[in-house]
Amino acid sequence: MPGKPLQVFISVIRRELLLAIRHGADSCMIVSFFLIVVILFLLGVGPEPGILSRISAGIIWVSALLSVMLSMDRLFQPDYEDGSLDLLILSSLPLELIVLAKIFSHWLTTGFPLIIISPLLALFLNMGTPGYSTLLIALVLGTPTLSLVGAIGAALILGARRSGVLLSVLILPLFIPIMIFGVSAVDAALTNVSSKPPLLMLGALLLTALVLCPWASAAALRQAAE
Amino acid sequence: MFNYFANPFRFLRLTSKLQPITMLVALAAIGLGLFYALVESPPDYQQSETVRIMYVHVPAAWMAMFCYVTIACSSAVALIWRHMLANIIAKSTAPIGASFTFLALATGSLWGKPMWGAWWVWDARLTSMLILFFLYLGYIVLYNAFDDQSRGARAAAILSIVGVINIPIIKFSVDWWNTLHQPASVIKINGPTVHPSMLTPLMLMAVGYMALYFWLLFIRTRAELNINKVRKMLIQQTETH
Repeated sequence: MPGKPLQVFISVIRRELLLAIRHGADSCMIVSFFLIVVILFLLGVGPEPGILSRISAGIIWVSALLSVMLSMDRLFQPDYEDGSLDLLILSSLPLELIVLAKIFSHWLTTGFPLIIISPLLALFLNMGTPGYSTLLIALVLGTPTLSLVGAIGAALILGARRSGVLLSVLILPLFIPIMIFGVSAVDAALTNVSSKPPLLMLGALLLTALVLCPWASAAALRQAAE
Repeated sequence: MFNYFANPFRFLRLTSKLQPITMLVALAAIGLGLFYALVESPPDYQQSETVRIMYVHVPAAWMAMFCYVTIACSSAVALIWRHMLANIIAKSTAPIGASFTFLALATGSLWGKPMWGAWWVWDARLTSMLILFFLYLGYIVLYNAFDDQSRGARAAAILSIVGVINIPIIKFSVDWWNTLHQPASVIKINGPTVHPSMLTPLMLMAVGYMALYFWLLFIRTRAELNINKVRKMLIQQTETH
């Protein structure tokens, strides 16, 4: 029996979270990847505190971008492989909303842990104290946008050859604007300029992506399941 | 018109007539445009001779955006009406558009070195143009990433429609942000602010590039349609044996 829309929405989120918890290693792997990329930057650039604090925001954002990108393939791929995608398309809830529920749970299991661990990384990178709160706000506004935009790419590559590399070619260019505003917000805070304009831009990007991305990903999923 | 061209043979018949015309227009306009651009037009009072790069650079950038919008529009037509020809036009436009984008980026870089003192600056116009180039590459790669051609066509079509958001960003990047790149001076509400002696070669080059695009497009679409025909004949052959 089809449930009420809200019930279905919540049950999709619950299913996704349950799957993420059962495969607990996934979220840990994303966070470890995030850490390792930052450490690679640290080792590559060298431990000079002045340089590190200058580029800290950029390193954290690039690492977050790569981590989210790597985690994108598990958003739709397992459902596509085991056939549950067809059931989700047939459900009483519009596919756009199901996609939104999936993206939300994806963000809770990947973007959110990244936000929690980011102050620690900012500490590693010798970021100035005024940058911390702005970095957190920028990540809270930016990482959901990354998940939303990435979902389009994840839906488009279902069934493609060499899908991993393909995904990065498709979505990393689309991630660029989010990263630019995210980094410039933190840089503004560090240089005592108002970080409000870039943060507002991040918010605008989030709202736009919230409206358009589920729609585009749903269209891509439908053609993949055809 | 959509239904009329649903028959590829009509399209082939029409383009076989148009192809030599576009070729002549392209060669004539680019030839004449280059003569005006390199010989007849005056050097700029500030940029001196390097301003001549503009006649190659600006129309290429226009065509880069035009080709992308063409891909997106024909992709929408292909998705909504399952129009076979629209897919082929989108597919054939992509490498041409990518080449125009590359040309705009490369000539811009050559122009940037003497004017700005750097081959490349990370301002909004250049960055959004670079994203456009990556969108073209992503489109081409995605189109060919599936064993089933029609899957690739539909996935790439959705990607191209998503990427359209970049086009107004490119257009208005020079107004929204303080960029090193100069703002628009030809396509303006009050008319162009370019002197006729420079506008003439610019427009000739623009017409030439447009004709060149259609010429190449006709060659590519006709080849594409012929490939499809050969494929069908091969399938029929194997079935009869």
